[in-house]
Amino acid sequence: MKTFLPLAIVLVLSSGYGVWYRTSRGRIKGKSGAMALISSADIDGSSFGSRVTLLQFSSAFCSPCRATRALLTDITADMADVVHIDLDAEGHLELVRRLDIRSTPTTLILDGNQVEVGRAVGAPKRDQVTKAIAAVAAVHN
Amino acid sequence: MAIINQAGAVAPSGVKLIDARGPRFGAAITTFVLALALVTHSVVVIAFQLVVFAIGAFSGPAKTPYAFAYKKFVKPRLSGDVPTEDVRPPKFAQLVGFGFALVATVAGLLGATTLFSVAVSFCLAAAFLNAAFNFCLGCEIYLLATRAFKRA
Repeated sequence: MKTFLPLAIVLVLSSGYGVWYRTSRGRIKGKSGAMALISSADIDGSSFGSRVTLLQFSSAFCSPCRATRALLTDITADMADVVHIDLDAEGHLELVRRLDIRSTPTTLILDGNQVEVGRAVGAPKRDQVTKAIAAVAAVHN
Repeated sequence: MAIINQAGAVAPSGVKLIDARGPRFGAAITTFVLALALVTHSVVVIAFQLVVFAIGAFSGPAKTPYAFAYKKFVKPRLSGDVPTEDVRPPKFAQLVGFGFALVATVAGLLGATTLFSVAVSFCLAAAFLNAAFNFCLGCEIYLLATRAFKRA
């Protein structure tokens, strides 16, 4: 038997990271200021929601992406002015770099002008998504 | 209202689903085996885990001896709905584990003890995070790696 010190260091460091991971993943953070404009061409010509668009980025090796897609599909099912779009991050690398998407799933909440008002890294919670959608005011042009 | 699913590569029909608790149970055993390897500096222990990772990465995480132990001893004692997940994320994690375990095994055979410890440590951290915090390795590193190495 050698020393237990490296084992202790690894477990302490990864526990710290794990606690941060648990608390940060899925939380919707509001965003103001620097706005990255997203055009219809960025999302392969699909149309945005008139009030809110939930723009989800997914990847192949991502378990919570499937659950997130199901959740957001369910939430937006009976909302006429809210659209959920699920993009394959790997197929949209230019947009991923522009919006600084680092992990999947990442969901952006866009208002009626396609300005990012919030984003959730990781699988978001239902009540938080519902609240965030309700907080976005309709755009009157 | 409109649901647009363009992530064709993400959810092709016929995605293979497995019991999501299996890989997490496997990660708990992996954590123990890697901790043993780190403390004892045993090449035999890391070589054993390397073989398990190879089975998980190339045949699938449901084919490893840990998955077999889960099916035989743990699953019969569980009740309720079976949470399922896409087989690809845990398979990807097994492949990353295989890479680190391979480096550790070669380092161990060559007597490079520092490299051995570092490689085992990274592997152990990922397995521990998966077991304790349901950490998704593919979610965190796959896109970053793709961003770094692939042109838009």
